[in-house]
Order: sequence, then C-alpha cells, then structure tokens
Amino acid sequence: MGDFVLNVNGADLHVRAAGEEKLLFVLRDRLHMTGTKYGCGEAQCGACTVLTDGIATRSCQARIDSCSGKKITTIEGLERNGALSGVQRAFLDEGAFQCGYCTSGMILSATQLLREHPHPSDEQIVAYMDGNICRCGTYPRIVAAIKRASQSTAKEGGNHAG
Amino acid sequence: MPADELTLELAQHEIRERLHWFELDRRDFLKLCGGGLLVTLAGRSAAGQEAGGGFRQHELPKELSAWVHISEDGKVTVFTGKVEVGQNIRTSLAQQVAEELRVPFGDITMVMGDTDLTPWDMGTFGSRTTPTMGPQLRNMAVAARETLIEAAAQQWKTDPKALIAADGKVNDPATSRSLTYGDITRGQKLTQTVSGDPPLTPASDWKIAGTAVPKADGHDFVTGKHQYPSDIARPGMLFGKVLRPTGFNATLVSADTGEAEKTPGVQVVRDGDLIGVVAPDAWSAERAISSIQAKWNVPSQISNQDLFEYLRSHPDTEQRHGSGEPPDGEEVKSAMERADVKLEQHYTVQYIAHAPLEPRAAVAEWADGRLTVWTGTQRPFGVRDELAAAFRIPETQVRVIMPDMGSGYGGKHTGECAIEAARLAKAAGKPVKVVWTREEEFTWAYFRPAGWIEIRSGAKRDGSLVAWEHHNYNSGPAAIDTPYNVEHRVTQFHPTQSPLRQGSYRGLAATANHFAREVQMDELAHALGMDPLDFRLKNLADERLRAVFEKAADGFGWGRRKASPGRGFGIAGGMDKGGRIATCVEVEVDPANKKVRLRRVVQAWESGAIVNPDGLQNQITGAIVQAIGGALFESIDFKGGRILNAHFAEYRVPRFSDIPEVEVILIDRKDLPSAGAGETGLVGLAPAISNAIFAATGTRLRDMPMAAGAEFTS
Repeated sequence: MGDFVLNVNGADLHVRAAGEEKLLFVLRDRLHMTGTKYGCGEAQCGACTVLTDGIATRSCQARIDSCSGKKITTIEGLERNGALSGVQRAFLDEGAFQCGYCTSGMILSATQLLREHPHPSDEQIVAYMDGNICRCGTYPRIVAAIKRASQSTAKEGGNHAG
Repeated sequence: MPADELTLELAQHEIRERLHWFELDRRDFLKLCGGGLLVTLAGRSAAGQEAGGGFRQHELPKELSAWVHISEDGKVTVFTGKVEVGQNIRTSLAQQVAEELRVPFGDITMVMGDTDLTPWDMGTFGSRTTPTMGPQLRNMAVAARETLIEAAAQQWKTDPKALIAADGKVNDPATSRSLTYGDITRGQKLTQTVSGDPPLTPASDWKIAGTAVPKADGHDFVTGKHQYPSDIARPGMLFGKVLRPTGFNATLVSADTGEAEKTPGVQVVRDGDLIGVVAPDAWSAERAISSIQAKWNVPSQISNQDLFEYLRSHPDTEQRHGSGEPPDGEEVKSAMERADVKLEQHYTVQYIAHAPLEPRAAVAEWADGRLTVWTGTQRPFGVRDELAAAFRIPETQVRVIMPDMGSGYGGKHTGECAIEAARLAKAAGKPVKVVWTREEEFTWAYFRPAGWIEIRSGAKRDGSLVAWEHHNYNSGPAAIDTPYNVEHRVTQFHPTQSPLRQGSYRGLAATANHFAREVQMDELAHALGMDPLDFRLKNLADERLRAVFEKAADGFGWGRRKASPGRGFGIAGGMDKGGRIATCVEVEVDPANKKVRLRRVVQAWESGAIVNPDGLQNQITGAIVQAIGGALFESIDFKGGRILNAHFAEYRVPRFSDIPEVEVILIDRKDLPSAGAGETGLVGLAPAISNAIFAATGTRLRDMPMAAGAEFTS
C-alpha cells in the first residue's frame, strides 16, 4: 500500500492503494467515481475508457503508480458549470444509447477522436471506435452523434469537449 | 396470448417453480404515500392482468396493490414490477400513463422492480411489457383521471360529464374555472379501486404516447451519474469474491486457504459448498481469492464436436413436449408424395452468450434478520424467491431492488450473484458487493440453447406449399409454427438434455426456427425457379406480414438488381409475439478468401400502434446489430467442462466495423393494440444473410454462425 495523488478532472485527490492496482478500480471503489465502467478488465470493450494526458486510456490496464502526475479526465469531468460537452450533448440529442452502460467509454473515446480528427471520416470513426463495444447495438446512432458533435464543434469554433 | 402459449413461453424462460401470492405487507408503504390519490387494483381486470396472475399456480393479489399515486403537489408516481434494461420502458410506460391521466410527461416518476414498493410481477421478458403492463397502467391512469374529475365535480357541485381533464388540471369549460390535481387531492386521502376495464384513449387520439419522447433520465447516462447495480455502495461495505471450480460439474478435492487468511483485512468464508473471501477493498479480495490453492475433480464432458449428435440422442423425457399437434405422419407423408418439389434439410445453431456489458452484480445487506439486495436482474420477484428459499426465510424478509441495469437480453433471469453476495454478507456481518468478472459471466451464467432443426417440405409446380414438417431439438418452440399456408403440417419441439446450462435469450428459439424455415423457403423458391419474395407472398395470407414484406422489398429495391458473383441479395421474414418483420440484405463475398461483408440491411417492422417511434427505431436497429453476431460469428467453444472462449478477445461480438448501412421502416398501425418489440427484430437477419450468400456464391449455409471460419469468414 502506498499514498498516491491523482489529478482527476482538475482536482488533486489523495488515495491510499497498492501501486499495482488498476486506475479503474481505484476510481470506482476507492474514490467512489462510478461513471467509469468495468466491462471486461482486459482492454477489449472500452467501457472503462478515460483520458490520461489527452490519450484515450483503458483504465482497467493502467497501474495506479503510472498515473501520478498525469491529468486524468473521466465522464464526471466533462460537464462544465452545468453545461454538457459537445459530445455529451450530441449523444443525448441523437439518443445514442439504450442501457447506457457503454456510454461513458464511448463519450470519452469520441472526445479524444474529435481532438485528433475534428472532422473524422466514417472510416476514421470506425477505426478509432472499434475497441468500444455496445452490446445493445446502438453503433449507427453513436456514429451519428460523433458527426453531430464534430459539426457543432466546428460551429462553436471549438468548445470545451473534455 | 392464449394461456397454453404463455405456459410454453414461461417454460422456456425457466420459470417452473411455484409462483407466489403477493403477500407483502404494504401498510407501511401506503402510509408513506401520505395524502393524495392512490389507485389500486381489485379483482381481475381483463386487459393486461397477466402481471397479477390468475394463471397456473399463481393467484391474484389478495391485498391492496397500488399502481398509481398522485401526491398533494400533483406529482404522479407509478409503480410496476417491470424493469428497465435499455429497452426504454421507463419512458414508454410513463408516456402511456401521462396520456391517460392527461398530465405532462415530466410529472411522472416510475418506481420499477423494487419488491417492497411495486406489485408482484413475473419478470421482464417475452416482449410482454408493452402488451400487458401498458394496458394495465393505462387502466389505472384512466381510473385516476375519472376519480379526480368526480372529486372536482363534487367540489363545484356540478355534473362530472361536463368537466374535462387536461394538462394536470380538471377544467370546467362552462365557467372557465379549473383545479390542478394537487388542488383536488390536497388534504384528502382518496383511494380508488379499479375492477373493470375503463375505456382507453384510442391511439389515433394520442398526444404524448405515440410521440418520440426522449429517453427518461438521458442526462444521467451521458454524465455517468446513473447508478447501475454494480455502482451501488453501502456504508461499511466489503468486497466479495467466490472461488470457482476449474470446470462444470466439478467436485472439490482440497482447498488451501492459508495464504488468503494471512492477507490483511481478508476474511475467508466457507459455507457449505461455497468458498469465498471478503475484504475492505476489491484488490485485496481479488488477491486473496487467487491465492487459494484448490484441487478439483472435473468429470469428462462433451465438446462442440459432439454437440449435435448428443442433442439428437439425449431426449429429455421429463420435460413437457412443446407446441404443435401430435405428429400426423400419414397425412403429411401422403401430401409430400403428391408434391412436385420436395426438400429435406437440417439446420443448426450453436450455444451463444448474452454477454451484457455489465456482468452480474449484487450488493447484499442484512439488518435485523431482513435481507436487502440491489442486483441486476430481469426478475426481481423471482430473485427474491430464490433468496428466500436459499436462506429459508419468508419472502417478506427479503427485498430486491433493481436499479436500471447494463442490460441482460434474457441472460439475467437468475439470482446466483445475489445469493453469493447475501451468503458472504451474512458470514461477514457487513454489506457485501460481488461483481462477476467477464470470465465468470461467460462461464457461470447460462447460454442460449444450441439446436438441431429438421425441415421437410413439399410444393406444387405452381409454387403452392402442400406439406411441411418442422422438428426442433432443444433450441425451443418459439415461432416454430409456419406463418405460410400449408394444409398438412407437423411442427414439433423435442426437448433434450443440454451439455451446458441454458436458458432464456432475446427472442428465444424464434431466431433458430426462423433461420431454418426462411432458408428452407428460399431453397424451395430456387428449386421451383420462383423469385423468393413472390414465392412467400403466394403462400401468405396474413395481411400484416405481407405488408412488411412489401415495405421491406420496396425500400430495399428488391428485384431491381440481380445477384452477381460475389454480391447477393437475400430476403426473410416472419412473425412472433405480435410483431411482424421482413428483412432484406445485401452481402459481398470475396471469392478469394470467402470473407463475407454485410453491406446493407433494410428491415420493415410492424407491432401495432407505436408508443414511441424513436425508442422503437432504436430497439429494432439494436436487434439487427445484435443478430449479426449470432448469424455470422458468435459461438461458445467448450471442451471438457470448460468454456474455451470466455473473453471478448476470443468471443467475438459485433463492433463498429461489422455494421452495414441500416434502414428501419416502421409501420404504425394505430388501429391495432401495441405489441412488444424487444425481441422479434432479431429473427429476419440470419436467414436473409444465408439466402444472400447463396445468391452470391451458390453455396447454401445452414449452420449458425455461418462465417466463423469453417469455410466462410467475416
């Protein structure tokens, strides 16, 4: 067990954990931030996706002792002053979820996709998002939400997406 | 649905135990509601009273059961034992109540799947919510509206017939005065008991139902605020893990728990056949459970290779036989002899996994001998009964709460995880959370049944069907009856023993039976030299099914382009649970490596009056996507009592890169009652793909999954 300081959504959080513990479980079980989901624990489904220093990261694989000093963004950190991020807004407007369990990971992956490719082609969306599973099968709406977000981002001249 | 069909449906959903009286003492709950108007049910209401029973051994609720409460501030609370798993009934049921009660959608709060607060319910499966719970709640809402009008008329000393309810108010058009529902119920304790079936608002007059109201609580899903079962935490809660055998039907030889016991904060629990650990954090629990050195004796068991031989040679003599008339061998045989074209083929489907993205999860808490469990299940009352039986306590001592979960697709009917959490919590004397790993979910849940299906058919040269014989071994009787006109037919379900634990799955055997039937129909059409759509329509009387076939064909442009090497078109359709479906697909098959690409799907759907077109569109699209897996590549690989592909890396599910261009055409029949739409949207895709692959390559695929690498890949 050791003491770690994690920068999550702009706040420095102190947590006592074993260095080999995975970020996903530290967020969920020790910091009570349950928006990030467990789906497989093997980086195969994307439900646990967070951003670490602007990289879409499978938090189920990230050791906590490798996360110190990095800026971590989770689903809880996207809303600013009561305003949804462009990607969140687009998912809501497109109704791009059914049970919603994959949604946090989808939104974080899509947020980073749009940072890297502000106007992604269909091929870029599929390639970037293919590691995220939606078992309810809402993929077509998620693609539509990403396109909608990319358009609104363009209109607003870039927003706080993440 | 006739009672015998419902019995069959339930048998398929594994509900064989005695169904119970609604015995909960709800007096505290009724006190909680305080003033206002409470609408309850007495006796049997004809429409949608399945939820209350009167069926098999289940009796009607003897006690007051409340369905709708209108508080003194005019807010409406609706109580139902149905659960929200992504199919969007929290929204669609609230729309129907808002419609009948004449209140804004936003004034409604749904309390769902809480065994202390909601009336008993069989479970959320079989596409039953819309056709049964919908009318049930609408009845209650109409009764509430009439009661409020009555109360306003009394206050005003006027004729209730002259008053109109709208927008949460009772209005008197003659005097322009109005009272809000809160004004009427304030300071009063009104109770209305419903016994008959009051007149419902026809769908053609709907203003809230029938519209694309966005999913309730959508904001909570895009912000991570929604609390799923696996997110629940309780004060002082510990984390639990359970030791799993190394194979099915294993017996424990020895277990050394010494290392686990030495782990700080860890308590090892041995309780009968259960070995588990609890710890203050998940990491310690995980370390402790994996430190246990256990030896297991795993008996030799069959593998995939022997599956279908096993199913055909191991009839289950204990299970009741399924649907269909007793075999009328002679008549069908002689009809077959008179046929110009005869076919006989068999079709197979493998075991597949539901793989809901949220695995089984439960938090259990004991207090004063009473057990409360938060868990993800489609049958909260069923799980309550399992818990009561496991601990030999009355059902009144168990409360199951079902937070809207990370779905189930028929895979979460049972309470294994809830029982594990409750056993560990009892031993630890503290609340315990158990969340299954992905591997546990793939291994220790249950599977969609595998099946072997034989079809023999005969048709005349002019394309009319004359004989049909359909035998399903193990996969199930759902949608086994052909919708086509055939004078002489035999359809039979043959229950068999199953090497793997099996149970319900979205659509049950409707997928397998449609696959076999609709591929055979395509084979017959080709043997007759007829267009597959024309051949179907020639033998089809059901106007609604004809309509979806025609809509799908029209939207797809069926017949406008001919198949060419490597590119084929396929069509299939059918009906089940009140829904009609037709599916057209376009596939490409690479001649070099036989890689199948599904390029385009146009699916027409009709299930009566549409309650929420946006939610329905989402369900039907999702059904198509989910069906891609079973059609092309999903299959459980097992050997020697072990699942060999218990991870997403090996068990492939549909991803973004598998998705074709999808178009869903909805037919809104406002003149027909609304049917459920959660399941039957799956059944057209697989046969349509098989038929399209045949058109593209001349190779007929009769085994699901069709492109998992044996010959074709995807």
